[in-house]
Amino acid sequence: MVFSFAAFSYICALIIDAFLIFFAIFHIISFDELKTDYKNPIDQCNSLNPLVLPEYALHVLFNLMFLFGGEWFSLCLNIPLIAYHINRYRTRPVMSVPGLYDPTNIMSHDVLNTCQREGWIKLAFYLLSFFYYLYGMIVSLIATS
Amino acid sequence: IAPPPLGPPSSIAPPPLVPPSSIAPPPLGPPSSIAPPPLGPPSSIAPPPLGPTSSIAPPPLGPPPSIAPTPLGPPSSIAGPPLGPPSFVGPTSFVRPPVAPPPTVAPSASLSQPLSRPPMGGSSTSQPPPATFQRPPITSYPTIASSVAPQTSTNQQQMQRQYQQSPAAAVYQSNVTRDGWNVGWGTDSVDLLQQRQVLPPGGVEPPKPVLAQDFVRNCIPDILRCTFTKVPETKSLLQKAKMPFGILIHPFKDLEQLPVVSCQQIVRCRSCRTYINPFVVFRGERRWECNLCYRINELPDEFQYDPVSQTYGDPSRRPEVREATIEYIAPSEYMLRPPQPAVYLWLLDTSRQAVDTGYLQIVCDVLREQLDNIPGDRRSLFGFMTFSATVQFYLMPEESDSVNMLEVGDLEDIFVPHPDDLLVNISEQRDQIEKLLKTLPQTHANTTHTQSALGPALTAAYRLLYSLGGRLTVLTSILPSIGPGILKAREDPNQRAATDVLHLNPATDFYKKLALDCSGQQIAVDLFTLNSQYIDLATLSGISKFSGGCVHHFPNFHVHLNPSSVSPFVSCLTRYITRKIGFEAVMRIRATRGLTITNFHGHFFVRSPDLLSLPNINPDAGFAMQVGIEEPLHNIRTAAFQAALLYTSSRGERRIRVHTLCLPVTGNLHDVVNTVDQQAAVALLARMAVDRCQNSTSTDARDALVNACIDALTSYRNSLTQSPGRALMAGHNLKLWPMYTLALLKSISFRGGLSTKLDDRVFAMCELKTLPTRALIASIYPDLYPVHNLSESGALNIDDEVVPQPCRLQLSAEYLNRDGAYLADTGSKMIMYVRSSISTQWLNDVLDVEHFAAMPQMIHELPELDNNTSVLLNSFIKHLNNNRPYQSPILILREDSPARLQFAQLLVEDRTEGAKSYVEFVQFLSSNVK
Repeated sequence: MVFSFAAFSYICALIIDAFLIFFAIFHIISFDELKTDYKNPIDQCNSLNPLVLPEYALHVLFNLMFLFGGEWFSLCLNIPLIAYHINRYRTRPVMSVPGLYDPTNIMSHDVLNTCQREGWIKLAFYLLSFFYYLYGMIVSLIATS
Repeated sequence: IAPPPLGPPSSIAPPPLVPPSSIAPPPLGPPSSIAPPPLGPPSSIAPPPLGPTSSIAPPPLGPPPSIAPTPLGPPSSIAGPPLGPPSFVGPTSFVRPPVAPPPTVAPSASLSQPLSRPPMGGSSTSQPPPATFQRPPITSYPTIASSVAPQTSTNQQQMQRQYQQSPAAAVYQSNVTRDGWNVGWGTDSVDLLQQRQVLPPGGVEPPKPVLAQDFVRNCIPDILRCTFTKVPETKSLLQKAKMPFGILIHPFKDLEQLPVVSCQQIVRCRSCRTYINPFVVFRGERRWECNLCYRINELPDEFQYDPVSQTYGDPSRRPEVREATIEYIAPSEYMLRPPQPAVYLWLLDTSRQAVDTGYLQIVCDVLREQLDNIPGDRRSLFGFMTFSATVQFYLMPEESDSVNMLEVGDLEDIFVPHPDDLLVNISEQRDQIEKLLKTLPQTHANTTHTQSALGPALTAAYRLLYSLGGRLTVLTSILPSIGPGILKAREDPNQRAATDVLHLNPATDFYKKLALDCSGQQIAVDLFTLNSQYIDLATLSGISKFSGGCVHHFPNFHVHLNPSSVSPFVSCLTRYITRKIGFEAVMRIRATRGLTITNFHGHFFVRSPDLLSLPNINPDAGFAMQVGIEEPLHNIRTAAFQAALLYTSSRGERRIRVHTLCLPVTGNLHDVVNTVDQQAAVALLARMAVDRCQNSTSTDARDALVNACIDALTSYRNSLTQSPGRALMAGHNLKLWPMYTLALLKSISFRGGLSTKLDDRVFAMCELKTLPTRALIASIYPDLYPVHNLSESGALNIDDEVVPQPCRLQLSAEYLNRDGAYLADTGSKMIMYVRSSISTQWLNDVLDVEHFAAMPQMIHELPELDNNTSVLLNSFIKHLNNNRPYQSPILILREDSPARLQFAQLLVEDRTEGAKSYVEFVQFLSSNVK
């Protein structure tokens, strides 16, 4: 059995996607803690901010692999999310450190709700795409054998 | 609820009921003021002739004249509750009497007061079993019937007055009754297209929430105020009302009377930690039901003791359940560390530009004068730092009495030399401090540094205060130009009149991050900017915004070039130094279950969804919170908000100030819309619009303000039972909204088209965020008084001083006569505008000038002359200056003075460049309200 590059990229995407699912869960839990008064927003932002760019980078990484592997459909599925990430980072508050979350406005109800909704939607997206990548991997493996 | 033992009627001698007021200063506030008249007059009124037969006799005064004096007595001292059972005797019979023209009944005016609360009077004559009087069931609040009765009567009195005044009643004979009722209930409406004069001449009083327990005093609106006086029951109802829902709070307001309670155990709800308040319900003697989460809690034994009358057995007489604003002295479990001493560190700008303005001398002089008035105790610490291109420290070692200056030039990683000698005890080392204050201006008189190392200086100050906390006061006058925190001049002078304002957001997060660090160490940073050039207040203000500090801005301050700028600075600084201060404070806002706080406005750091961290709290800071309805408030009659401010006083005491506001809940759109508090709503909208400016654009914020106004008027229109046709109807509580909106659109913060410096605009936005409601409204829509014809008719008499009360005018040039003089009062300044045809007599009397042509262009002080006109005017201005942080500077302009624009800008109802006049605005609204 020989691996095609497409199959390899799906396997990578699967593994990375599992990480992303963990990121999303962590994100949701963090904001829930903020909402229920358990954590100080400064600490919480300090723990969340360093994770933002790695998450984006991992996501872009397997999409690059899709691009080189010619998996256009999978790529198209992910392009909206990449665009959203870029826009989100472009409009972030003025900060001197990498990250998105500003402890001074994070406690505002709107921001908190937006972030939490973002977490849930991303979680759903990553979960669904996990099964899709699994399917994609099997298809490409069968195609090569 | 205070059910004092009324006992059998015969024993109702009023005096013994008045408890010696030792703890709760105003326990009997209003009632006691009522008390005297009823006791007096009855004897003169009640002479037997009225007897049982006389039909005119108000029933309450009832049959046996010998009892008549007594029934009127007790209620007055009981603040209401005894209404309970007796009023069932028949509210109707009591409601009527006042309606029948009272003159025939009332021999003296004093009777009308007791009459307005008739049920109590009659009650005791109708012999309810004395047993129920001894202890009326505490749990049963007076029912609707009993509480409505007094209101109805007052409303009807109002109604009668309106009959006589309003000419409309004569015209629309058929609607007389309905109109009268509407007026009485405060639901009258005006057509804004027809009626231009909507401002009540006596000023706008905030609407009062009407509670079933109307004998309980609610929090005063100056402290805690909600945009609705009836809370909408559900989220959908709130959305239908299309009005902002929120509370405005001024938690540390200077109060003349504040009950202070010191007890071993502060009674709080065990589940939601609400403090016991006047709106809780007692379930039996030993239990109470929290009015926020409805948990039933136990009362501690201590609570059975009434410190006022020094008796046991009646929890409802404790000051905690009588006063909606109360202060506790907190026991040790409210301290995370021993209460900190008062620590004051001053950080002054000594660059060439700053020294040239001459501010250093003024600050040192004022400080030296006020050194004794700085709040604090024996532990208070005081220190100085200055900065230019380097940071200078002033060592005041305890063993010698010299003062040494140390200069640190390493700005990248600044260190604090000899931290122990920098902050010194005010009382022990006073001489050294005075010496420093004397020599400081000379030391820097010849400085050649033209740069400002504000960032490193702030970092050093933060490190110095790190372990202590306290207050850091920064005075600066140029853009930080060296070291970390460096800023660039971002403002483009050609864009000052642009409709979309750029650079309202910080350029760097250096100051914000430092502010958060400060906030964590209980340090507040207060910023005074005395700049003539751009200083990037949008970025710099971050240092105060998130550390609970305040911002003061004195543009173009200069001792010689701009002498009029000195006195406002001095009075502001004096107030700043001497006002009360609370250290290491936190404020928590609790609300009835179902309501949540969604957004906060003000200077603080939000630490958790309902907790604000305020390293310092000052008595001039206001806050606002937007409220959302998460769960419907079904089956709930009242909703309450409680703000608890925990702070360390300057004397090292840990204290908690608790304010509780209780509001009725309604499911009726008409009620919600009609009882809105327009001033509070506009103040909240202004704060939301500031946020919108920062997150979006100014155009967007302006549109949002206009849309909010259109929405409010639309939902009022929808709430009317019959369609008003093309008229633009607005209720009594809504009619000023368009005017205020227009004033906001033309305020410094939001105006477009007029050249406005960016710093001035940002400062105005900071003010909008932090001013208490009354001051905020005055700053956007100043009070305008005609002062050329002050008279003693209708004047108040305060402490043997006659204070005339001229009517307020709307802010339009059309209301100004050519021969008048007008005083506009914005709260922070007063401008008197003297028109050219003013009588020479008046000029002579008031300003001591012969004729108009001889009057100077600008006068900065109103002379006090020995004639009636001048005395009246001066006492009026003095009266206006009461109850504000500091005396407003006055500026007297003659009509042709080049500075008259300052006055003209206040006339917000006239058309200005790029903005509509009031009439145009109302027409515009009317075309959009559907």
